[in-house]
Amino acid sequence: MSRPRVKFEQVGTFAVGNRLLDPDQRTVQADRARSNTLTSGHRACQGCGEALGARYVLDAAMRASRGRLIAANATGCLEVFSTPYPESSWQLPWVHSLFGNAPAVATGIAAALRAKGRDDWRVIGQGGDGGTVDIGFGALSGMFERNDDVLFVCYDNEGYMNTGVQRSGATPPAARTATTQAVGDHPGNPFGQGKSAPLIAMAHEIPYVATATVADLHDLEDKVERAMEIRGARYLHVLVTCPLGWGSASRDTIRIARLAQQSGLFPVFEAERGDVTSVARIRRPVPVEEYLRPQRRFAHLFAPTLRSDVIADIQARADRNIARFGLLDDPEERA
Amino acid sequence: MLRQIEGSRAVAEAVALCRPEVIAAYPISPQTHIVEALSALVKDGTLAPCEYINVESEFSAMSVCIGASAAGARTYTATASQGLLFMVEAVYNASGLGLPIVMTVANRAIGSPINIWNDHSDAMSQRDSGWIQLYAESNQEALDLHLQAFRLAEEVSLPVMVCMDGFVLTHAVERVDVPSQDEVDGFLPAFAPRQVLDPDDPMTIGAMVGPEAFTEVRYLMHAKQMLALDAIPRIADAFAQAFGRDSGGLVRGYRLADADTVIVGLGSVLGTIEDVVDDLREQGHRAGALAVRCFRPWPLDEVRAALGTARRVVVVEKAFAVGAGGIVGQNVRLALDGVAAAPRVHDVIAGLGGRPITSASLHRIVADALEGRAGRTTFLDLDTGVVERELRRSREDPRPGPHAENILREAGIAGGGPR
Repeated sequence: MSRPRVKFEQVGTFAVGNRLLDPDQRTVQADRARSNTLTSGHRACQGCGEALGARYVLDAAMRASRGRLIAANATGCLEVFSTPYPESSWQLPWVHSLFGNAPAVATGIAAALRAKGRDDWRVIGQGGDGGTVDIGFGALSGMFERNDDVLFVCYDNEGYMNTGVQRSGATPPAARTATTQAVGDHPGNPFGQGKSAPLIAMAHEIPYVATATVADLHDLEDKVERAMEIRGARYLHVLVTCPLGWGSASRDTIRIARLAQQSGLFPVFEAERGDVTSVARIRRPVPVEEYLRPQRRFAHLFAPTLRSDVIADIQARADRNIARFGLLDDPEERA
Repeated sequence: MLRQIEGSRAVAEAVALCRPEVIAAYPISPQTHIVEALSALVKDGTLAPCEYINVESEFSAMSVCIGASAAGARTYTATASQGLLFMVEAVYNASGLGLPIVMTVANRAIGSPINIWNDHSDAMSQRDSGWIQLYAESNQEALDLHLQAFRLAEEVSLPVMVCMDGFVLTHAVERVDVPSQDEVDGFLPAFAPRQVLDPDDPMTIGAMVGPEAFTEVRYLMHAKQMLALDAIPRIADAFAQAFGRDSGGLVRGYRLADADTVIVGLGSVLGTIEDVVDDLREQGHRAGALAVRCFRPWPLDEVRAALGTARRVVVVEKAFAVGAGGIVGQNVRLALDGVAAAPRVHDVIAGLGGRPITSASLHRIVADALEGRAGRTTFLDLDTGVVERELRRSREDPRPGPHAENILREAGIAGGGPR
């Protein structure tokens, strides 16, 4: 990592205690001179995890590039809520082309900059999980395997939220969406489907892959900063709570993202050239039920009958992540 | 310099002379030789600075071009057939954004049935995509049109498709005059983008637009195409001055002055058409030809002026609107709308999937037109017996099987005879 990981155990809460830190350890967002790349006034829902994540990612990337940053955005919530004609929330050069081509558009920008000798200008591509892991996946994989000089960020809210909450390849098992409804003997999204885009990204052996959540924004900024230190294809997969699609309270965006990580359902890690180099350990393990219960997309697991069988299957997925990534290991022992 | 080279090589060298900064390419016949040659020119440093991106699909090829063009780079790609269809969403996006990308379309049929040979189904499917479409008659013109295409695209801020017949031109080796770098530099100014992604002047490109302004933004595409109707002949004139030969422009007439029978065509078939016109002249007919060199924007006034005094027009077209008829023919009728004693227009669908368009067949259809026997739409050299037998099988057999295989069996190309 570019700088020592800040730990907040001493605070007693999990709130990000910027004010307890030395100024140089505070978040980019805490800096009054931050670039406000995604400025206020946009039309995201209250409690939108994607808007939060994008703001942190882009301001950190703007700081890392000293303001020489160009963004290519996929179609989706982020594009729609930020650019209703004739307004734009973007305070950086920003282009939206299509749903499934943001990685290739970013590649084109990077190629143009290279041809023009503007090595100090950097390129970021971004989209939701639909634009990244489904319709844009071919373009993403092509960008990865060519090792194009692009940081691509997926804001993963686990479904097609902009079109009204349909299933994507990132929707978790049992989740209710408009196309995997909570009806029949096996309500919600089927088990045994879906994909891990970060693991597939790692299989390309690109220089840097990382996951993060909007629950740990210090960590998110650190990973952006680390990614911006590297040239070539980089991938950052950020879990962003969607109050609308997940049926969670707007005030719970951070809490639910944290529960996703602490339950083991969303492993937070970094990898370089295909090898995992760090994992965010689970500090307070929680059963998956704690994560599932506050979300209406999982309500059919709790009423009218408690589906302990399904919850156990989800717990098994979390346990597999915990074992696979060593999420409960003692870091001293690991070392 | 005069050289005996393949059409694809001529186009590759023309593109390189235009100094593109980003080329994205995906292989598809018969376009492939163009991008193969360009990849070598970039790799050995002949074409520099230029980034050559081997993409994973045509959709990404056009998407890379969109990103590169929006970042202010002169940008090129080439495609054909299924490849063009695979990139269609990005094709429309490029024109909607007003990005001056130049793309060669090495015209080829579209399946199913899969067929790699020449016709115009690919480019014609994109006639309403907002791209300017120029059609080359020869390899010399293909080369020349690329030099003009970059200047045109960047002047009107619209993407341009240079269409050249697959195999017929791309793989034909003939004499081509390849200009020098100095000559091209004198004709084609450096790219000055109208909109660019620039950290010093950040702008949002590709915002969402609702009903309150969508019509106006889309209308501007149309307005710019109308401006191109002035720019295209002007650039062709400038080209003629600089290089001393006629290439491009909107339309080109052949022995039209007193013609009452005019054959209209696009692309390489004009050579055959002109031979037929010469024969007809020798036979005492007042025949002429009209080459449509620019199909989009549609040069309505020029076509009207060229055809308005004719008595009959035979439109030879290598594509058709399924369920309707000719495509170019429909546009010709639009141009003749309201003309007093307007000529009868006969659409002749010909050359599909690489079938040769022979002068003998063209003579037959012109004779039919002269004698009032030609209908509105004719499929040239159609084997009606085969078609009728297959239609009968479809009526009588509840599971007749796939048409293409049945017809191939009947023709003896595949074994076993029809099911």
